[in-house]
Amino acid sequence: MINSQNIIARSATTTEPPQVRSHVEEVAKLIDVSKCIGCKACQVACMEWNDLRDDVGECHGTYDNPTDLTAESWTVMRFSEHESADGNLEWLIRKDGCMHCAEPGCLKACPAPGAIVQYANGIVDFDSNHCIGCGYCITGCPFDIPRISPKDQKSYKCTLCSDRVNAGMEPACVKTCPTNCIEFGTKTDMLARAEKRVGDLKALGFRDAGIYDPAGVGGTHVMYVLHHADDPNRYSGLPKDPRISPLVGAWKGVTKPIMSAIIGITAFAGVIHYMTKGPKEEPEDSPEEEHRATRDGGVPPASLGYDATRRRPGAGRNADDRPQGEDR
Amino acid sequence: MAINVTRRQFFKLGGAGLASSSLAMMGFAPEPAEASIRQFKLTHAKETRNTCTYCSVGCGILIYSKGDGSKNVEQNVFHIEGDPDHPVSRGSLCPKGAGLLDFVHSKGRLAYPQVREAGSDEWKRISWDEALGRIARHMKDDRDANFVQRNAQGQTVNHWTTTGFLAASGSSNEAGYITHKVVRNLGMVAFDNQARV
Repeated sequence: MINSQNIIARSATTTEPPQVRSHVEEVAKLIDVSKCIGCKACQVACMEWNDLRDDVGECHGTYDNPTDLTAESWTVMRFSEHESADGNLEWLIRKDGCMHCAEPGCLKACPAPGAIVQYANGIVDFDSNHCIGCGYCITGCPFDIPRISPKDQKSYKCTLCSDRVNAGMEPACVKTCPTNCIEFGTKTDMLARAEKRVGDLKALGFRDAGIYDPAGVGGTHVMYVLHHADDPNRYSGLPKDPRISPLVGAWKGVTKPIMSAIIGITAFAGVIHYMTKGPKEEPEDSPEEEHRATRDGGVPPASLGYDATRRRPGAGRNADDRPQGEDR
Repeated sequence: MAINVTRRQFFKLGGAGLASSSLAMMGFAPEPAEASIRQFKLTHAKETRNTCTYCSVGCGILIYSKGDGSKNVEQNVFHIEGDPDHPVSRGSLCPKGAGLLDFVHSKGRLAYPQVREAGSDEWKRISWDEALGRIARHMKDDRDANFVQRNAQGQTVNHWTTTGFLAASGSSNEAGYITHKVVRNLGMVAFDNQARV
């Protein structure tokens, strides 16, 4: 059972997470797009397990339904038609969803402590209780995966069924897949399977077949076998060389330390000032007012607090009680 | 009770309150201890094996319901997934099977026998006993009237051609075998299965 002790990275937290458990096996989901028939059983199983029900959509002239990821659809099938140079039409279907990067851009960008965590087995999970709905995770994600729900302004994405995996099971989408297109196991085993499958595809004539496990994000825990690994963009815009936006690095690496330093220096200067000059001496409120009021020839005002002794019999508290120029 | 707070003091108090709550907003607050981020929802749920109700592939399913079956508990199905031990599907389910939970709880699901009497435009709820009795009566009457023992050449055929039978595709081998025996023993010829759908 994974508990908070197995979290190796936590958003916006400077305390070093535990790192000594070196024998947690990294897990991975392998999606072999050449075997996918686009049945969307994975979409249904995902919603069922995670207690989500997206709105019933409309037909937009394609099989994509819904047409994009939403806060309630954590995975969607993306269908694209591609005509190759020799006039062959290819119908490419890709299961889109979180890639569970080894270096997650969402986690790096997130300013809410504990809203995004990474487990020792590689799963990147969102803890909605801590989410502040700023949307930085979307900016930080090179795959454009998280979605903010208009219902609660919180960010959602695939959890790789971290609750199931913790309990020793496989993700819901993996289990349901009828064509053996989605597989699950340790990252080592999945890479071995992927290599075998790439060999098979090459033997079938797909010379550019390959594994999609992009190094730009440190590798991913959701990998694809693509028949055209030379051009992943063909699969509904899968980025060829995904990288975390430099803005995230600038915010966390430059802006944040500088701003923190400014706050620190200000606080330090305040302490020094207090030590050298002492506390600010303020004249007492009431005597000053009384003094000024009597000097001006007005009626001595009651302080703003209620004071029965100052109350003249029969006179209500109204503007006349207060002298001119004392409208504080 | 007199509360002597000057305007200045009021602003000081307000400022302190705002500053402390802002600090809490920025994360400088004690964290609640967490056992885990996501709890596994099937722990100790009652698990029941069954066969998917849809097509003739007959995939195995596991039905999970709340409660352990104690007499004071009303069972409620809250999750269904594939049965990894089933030889046909080995845990996988198509999109229809994967969405069986909503089929179970569908408002449009037929949950009891109904009859629409001849000449009526309304469906009337009847008991299972009444439904089975009526079906048996209709079958007996029709079979008595139309059963063919011998054809024109005098050969024994034992045909009953005026009534057909549609069987469920989700049946197990054994249930299918018994259904077949019952139907053919009655002499029924028109016998089909949802497997064709």
